[in-house]
Amino acid sequence: MAIEGAELVKAAAFIGAGLAMGLGAIGPGVGEGFVGGKACEAIGKKPEEAGLLTRTMLVAQAVSESTGIYSLVVALLLLFVV
Amino acid sequence: MPFDIQTVVSIASYGGAGICMGLGAVGAALGVGYTGGLANKALSQKPEASGTIVKNMLIGQAIAESAAIFALVIAVLLIYLSPPATNLLTASALGAAGLCMGFGAIGSGVGSGFPAGEVCLAIVRQPAISGRLTTNMLIGSAVCQTPAIFAMVVALMLMFLNVNNLSVNPTWAALLGAGLSTGLAAIGSGLGGGLAGGASVSGIARQPETFGKVTTIMLVGQAVSQTPAIFGLLVSFILMFKAFPETTSIAAPMALLGAGISMGFGGIGPGIGNGFTAQSAVKWVARNVEASGILTRVMLVGQAVSQSTAIYAMVVSLVLIFVV
Repeated sequence: MAIEGAELVKAAAFIGAGLAMGLGAIGPGVGEGFVGGKACEAIGKKPEEAGLLTRTMLVAQAVSESTGIYSLVVALLLLFVV
Repeated sequence: MPFDIQTVVSIASYGGAGICMGLGAVGAALGVGYTGGLANKALSQKPEASGTIVKNMLIGQAIAESAAIFALVIAVLLIYLSPPATNLLTASALGAAGLCMGFGAIGSGVGSGFPAGEVCLAIVRQPAISGRLTTNMLIGSAVCQTPAIFAMVVALMLMFLNVNNLSVNPTWAALLGAGLSTGLAAIGSGLGGGLAGGASVSGIARQPETFGKVTTIMLVGQAVSQTPAIFGLLVSFILMFKAFPETTSIAAPMALLGAGISMGFGGIGPGIGNGFTAQSAVKWVARNVEASGILTRVMLVGQAVSQSTAIYAMVVSLVLIFVV
């Protein structure tokens, strides 16, 4: 079975997409969960500030999400563009 | 020495058995050790309660150990099963079964150690309600074991899958991907569930009257922590049971392997993150029970956002399986 160059590039792009999204999802998942935990802790201490704390939590999680979105973008680029 | 199919299958099953037991022992050993350490701490604080503490330590350790026992069962089956090998897919399925159970036991073993260790300290604080604490620990640890059970289910399915009529070229990678997907995704969910379970036991020891509310939020938090493992299981089932047409290309199998890698690694982080959120929410429901409603809502919102990367990983996996 002869493997052509273009085939090999495609194979590498598919594995690369899997690795990019898989490994890239670890950090944001842990980080956002940590933010959520700290927000719960703060609300437990000061329930009257729940609105402000929830908003802050969502903003912080959105920032933490960005690396996950970078991974998704790179994975989709590898799948459909390369 | 000629390499016939039987030789390759033997290599895969013995190699898989070694990986399965080697990785599978990591988590349970850590969890059991953590429990033993906290039990010693508890004994030094209250030696007169040694009977109850040691009993609870042993119950908790037995549950944490079960993840390693699942791995042992799969490893022994891989060594002694020696199925009749008709094509190379058997080799790939047996290797994948070993990988799946080996990785899958890590999270549950470590995770079950948290409630089991916390219950020893909890008994020092509240010896009068030790029965209730044991019950809560058992519920928490049992839920932690589910990712390991998912991994065992997938490993057994891979071992007993009928591969005779399947196409060899892309399917070998689909089976490997199926093993990696559930095995790796189970790591995060097992750990995350354990964090929530540990916080629940120590919270009830602080405020015994919050038992009902704390147990409820623990179960909700653990259930959300399990979702990455369930995504992994879903991708594994698709990879195992979808029929792939025979091909000579190298790109098709790599796409299926990439699907398993994406969902497997992608499940680790959200599982642990959901566990962090659930841990804090459970801890603070126990300390401030009036805020339990708002805490449950914020916990669910936080977990949902943390879940998003697991969903991205699942989307990439499904695109790799169905689109490209």
